[in-house]
Amino acid sequence: MAKQLTIFLENRPGRIQSISKVLVEHQMNVWAFTIQDRGEFGLVKLVVDKPQQAQLVMIDEGFACAMKEILAVTADDEPGNLAKLTAALLEKNVNIKDAYGFVAPTDRKGICFLEFENPDKVNLEEIIAAHGFTILTDEELYEL
Amino acid sequence: MEVNYWNPDVETLDRGQLEALQLERLGNIVTQAFKTPFYQKRLSRAGIKSPANIQSLDDLRKIPFTVKDDLRQSFPKGLMAVEMDEVVRIHSSSGTTGIPTVIYYTAEDMENWTNILARSIVATGCTSKDVFQNMMSYGLFTGGLGLHYGTERVGMTVIPIGGGNTRRQIQVMKDFKTTVLHVTPSYLLHIHSKLAEYDTTIDELHLKKAFLGAEPYSENTRKKLEELYKIDAYNSYGLSEMNGPGVAFECVYKEDMHVWEDAYILEIIDPATGEVLPDGETGEVVLTNLIRSALPLMRYRTRDLAFVHPEPCKCGRTHWRLSRIQGRTDDMLIVNGVNVFPSQIEEVIMSVPEVGTNYQIHLTKAGSLDKLTVRVEIYSKMFTGELGELEALRNRIKDKLKASITINAHIELHEPGSLPVFEGKAKRVVDNREML
Repeated sequence: MAKQLTIFLENRPGRIQSISKVLVEHQMNVWAFTIQDRGEFGLVKLVVDKPQQAQLVMIDEGFACAMKEILAVTADDEPGNLAKLTAALLEKNVNIKDAYGFVAPTDRKGICFLEFENPDKVNLEEIIAAHGFTILTDEELYEL
Repeated sequence: MEVNYWNPDVETLDRGQLEALQLERLGNIVTQAFKTPFYQKRLSRAGIKSPANIQSLDDLRKIPFTVKDDLRQSFPKGLMAVEMDEVVRIHSSSGTTGIPTVIYYTAEDMENWTNILARSIVATGCTSKDVFQNMMSYGLFTGGLGLHYGTERVGMTVIPIGGGNTRRQIQVMKDFKTTVLHVTPSYLLHIHSKLAEYDTTIDELHLKKAFLGAEPYSENTRKKLEELYKIDAYNSYGLSEMNGPGVAFECVYKEDMHVWEDAYILEIIDPATGEVLPDGETGEVVLTNLIRSALPLMRYRTRDLAFVHPEPCKCGRTHWRLSRIQGRTDDMLIVNGVNVFPSQIEEVIMSVPEVGTNYQIHLTKAGSLDKLTVRVEIYSKMFTGELGELEALRNRIKDKLKASITINAHIELHEPGSLPVFEGKAKRVVDNREML
């Protein structure tokens, strides 16, 4: 499963820069990021190429940084694929907590990162694979 | 438990007689006060033309408060009610502003104070058989000499060793089989950490009691010291303006401190309005010294916050008890008319593991209302990355604060290490409200 880092940041100028600076210094590559904004603060979610190492570095630098497992689902970039994916999850009554996606320009593959409410309750990987989607392993993801 | 008295008649006097004694002595003090330039002006401005205007204890409330700055402004002689040749002792606190607070005592004042201290010491169960090692510094500070005189009056064996030199302190405790200490809590903790180094165990010592003082300490610190040394440690209260130590002392039951009401009139006031509060409510301790003629002080605002227990004590003394000092008025914030102490907010923050120990309190105006914002830091090790948990955390702190201070505070979450760290006396309050 893919790893996502969540970092607590105050909502003021320069805070995102403070993270990206650390990532550059440690030669880490960001695959995806999104920000959950809550006014005075926000949660920055990052998918990076060396998640364990990145978490240690972030904590070392004084950030509140947590790591959790998420699903990186891929499919061809075709109309209707996202609808198929969400329908499959709805069928099993799985609640998506957070999701962010993009299309990799080289091979026109859509990649979707999914965070779930209770990931252990059902066998998500099975459900998703049964509908023709591929779940990227850590290695596959980081070799994109 | 065995209860001993020093002045059994006075200590168990019924309240009516105690109040009559207070009124009689108040009359003497008002007479003394009229001999000082400070009170001549202050009292006549309040419409009190002579001691005859004070006919009851209720009349005390006609007398304006005296504050520490009055003492400084009156330095050196504005509050002196006797000639210098009648003064046998001077004590002084240097204070932080540079102008000293100076206290004068006549021979009779010293006698009165010494007796009050002897009474306090006997109330804790000490007898003439006890060996007293006084680790407080002697000199202008009232603590060292005050307890020295008091214990000597009781007939205890007094070792005036003063502070410092831990090796010698431990040796003296062993050589003379010291049973009672007078010491600051921090020094007593320090001595404990050195015992092994000086090849000494607690069981080689003969300690039974300690009078702690000269610095604020928590109830936990007292309990810790009692356990470490297998002793009883007694809380007490005093300030040089009220002679020094011995204004209030715990008896053997250690359930808060008896205020010696034949020597001091105690009032608890609302520090914001000056109104006298009902018994049991926390407010500023205001004291009138009934036993010092050289420098009379009436309705002196101590800036200490505490409450009083009027219920009787198991020891049989009729003198009311004063709680531990809860804080200082200097620290108190008034938020939409409610008194709030930073220590109450700190207590809540310390009870929440998900936030660090560093915090800041911000006060601003939102329209005509005060807005209280508490800034806390996320504690990295407890951070899960879940937004829902952060929201719940914020609500939990808010609810706990509401329960403690009855105010709806706004809780701001900050990054670890982002709030300024303060050394020593932390200045954690930022008050940006404009004065009306």
